[in-house]
Amino acid sequence: MRSVLANLLIIAGFVMGPLTIAAGLVWLERRLLAVWQDRYGPNRVGPFGLLQVLADTIKMLTKEDWVPPFADRWVFVLAPAIIIVTVLMSFAVVPIAPGLHVADLNVGLLFFLGMSSLGVFSIVLGGWSSSNKYALLGALRAAAQMLSYEVFMGLSLMGVVAIAGSFSLVDIVNAQRHLWFIIPQFPGFLLFLIAGSAEARRIPFDLPESESELVAGFHVEYSGMKFGMFFVGEYMGVTLISAMLTVLFLGGWHGPWLPPVVWFFLKTFFFICLFILARASFPRPRFDQLMEFGWKKVLPLALLNLIITGAIVVATGGQ
Amino acid sequence: MVIAFYIAGAVAIVATVMTITRVNAVHALLYLIVSLLAAAVIFFLMGAPAIAALEIVIYAGAIMVLFLFTVMMMNLGQRSAQRERELLTPGIWIGPLILGAVLLAEFGYVLMRGPSRGEMNAAIPPKAVGIALYGQYVIAVELASFLMLAALIGAFHLGWRRPGSAQEGLHVGSDGARADARSDLVHAGSDRVTRAS
Repeated sequence: MRSVLANLLIIAGFVMGPLTIAAGLVWLERRLLAVWQDRYGPNRVGPFGLLQVLADTIKMLTKEDWVPPFADRWVFVLAPAIIIVTVLMSFAVVPIAPGLHVADLNVGLLFFLGMSSLGVFSIVLGGWSSSNKYALLGALRAAAQMLSYEVFMGLSLMGVVAIAGSFSLVDIVNAQRHLWFIIPQFPGFLLFLIAGSAEARRIPFDLPESESELVAGFHVEYSGMKFGMFFVGEYMGVTLISAMLTVLFLGGWHGPWLPPVVWFFLKTFFFICLFILARASFPRPRFDQLMEFGWKKVLPLALLNLIITGAIVVATGGQ
Repeated sequence: MVIAFYIAGAVAIVATVMTITRVNAVHALLYLIVSLLAAAVIFFLMGAPAIAALEIVIYAGAIMVLFLFTVMMMNLGQRSAQRERELLTPGIWIGPLILGAVLLAEFGYVLMRGPSRGEMNAAIPPKAVGIALYGQYVIAVELASFLMLAALIGAFHLGWRRPGSAQEGLHVGSDGARADARSDLVHAGSDRVTRAS
């Protein structure tokens, strides 16, 4: 058992860590996009433009924090807080290294799914309370998109649960000591990657805020730090999905030579870069294409993956 | 644990009362979500973490988003708030209030009578829930899924437009229909002089 002080330190680390990483990602994304598009990106503020993050934060904190008079005031203020809270809560069940986690729930994976489904409210309520037609359209899209992709987000993970025999993320990582789940569960991995980027609203799936048609979608009326919270929430979402991909499919902290924490962060960083590369290279689909892809292609594949995995687990007598 | 139970219970009751009395549909939904979250906390405290998680994933997460989606699609405004306000008159409330009071009295009587105070049971792991659902209660689960499938097919049938039917026009070629109706349809670039004409 850990002491109270150690627990408090770990909790503080799990709150500050994702926030810091998310802030750093703003810089990293702009730099990497620049590299892939053959330009420099932010390189003026501090060494390699690293202090750009600080400059952006100061800018956002000192901007006018405007609540439109026609908005539903309390819901408008509440909405950006929801996404930060739900994403940070999800990090509580992510195990970084042996013993380094806030809570090892025996329903850890369900807790993650629950928090990610509550995160939808942030987008939908933010769009609704703005009383703006672009925001409302963005919110409607977000509700339909995230509800649809949540369905097979859960289904794509059930294969992992069936093989590991537990919902606990620590047990799932321990079950991958000899073989990472990306090999027996490769379809599940791909499906979760798709669903994860849809949940994080990353570019092939960023229709709720598509700038070219909805101005900025659900957060069009937000300014100052309230906008900043949506912004940071998105990057924390990317970090969370990358961490979950690492834990569920890439063996979490397992790896040779290097210490467990380093392995965990290296794998997570790899997926973060993958998400940024996706943003640099994919176009945005039409909304009906997005829904058809989800319900007619990915959902049947997720079910098929689950059935085959279940049959194999039963045939080999389980774990 | 007992204090946490009472706090969660109080939150659930207050949130449910607020759900019923709010005139704005979205505000009522927000309180309903809080009420469901409180119920999930109670399940968790009673030693059923799997049920608590499912309560959040399915009820608070999925079904409430659908409710919110519907409310937003219907775009209920001042008119519906006014109608809700009219519903909150004592004349409408008195009947349910009496019936509720009868239930409350019954509940109080049961509490006074026996030592049936609910104990905090031993924790039920998620595996036990799965085994119970797909072992002992498998028929109920299958019947429920039949019902869902019927509802799904029904909704699909209602929403499906046969190719070539009259409704198809609404979907694809609405420009022509609107032009026929002399509506204010303006085609992009139609004001420009084309070279051919």
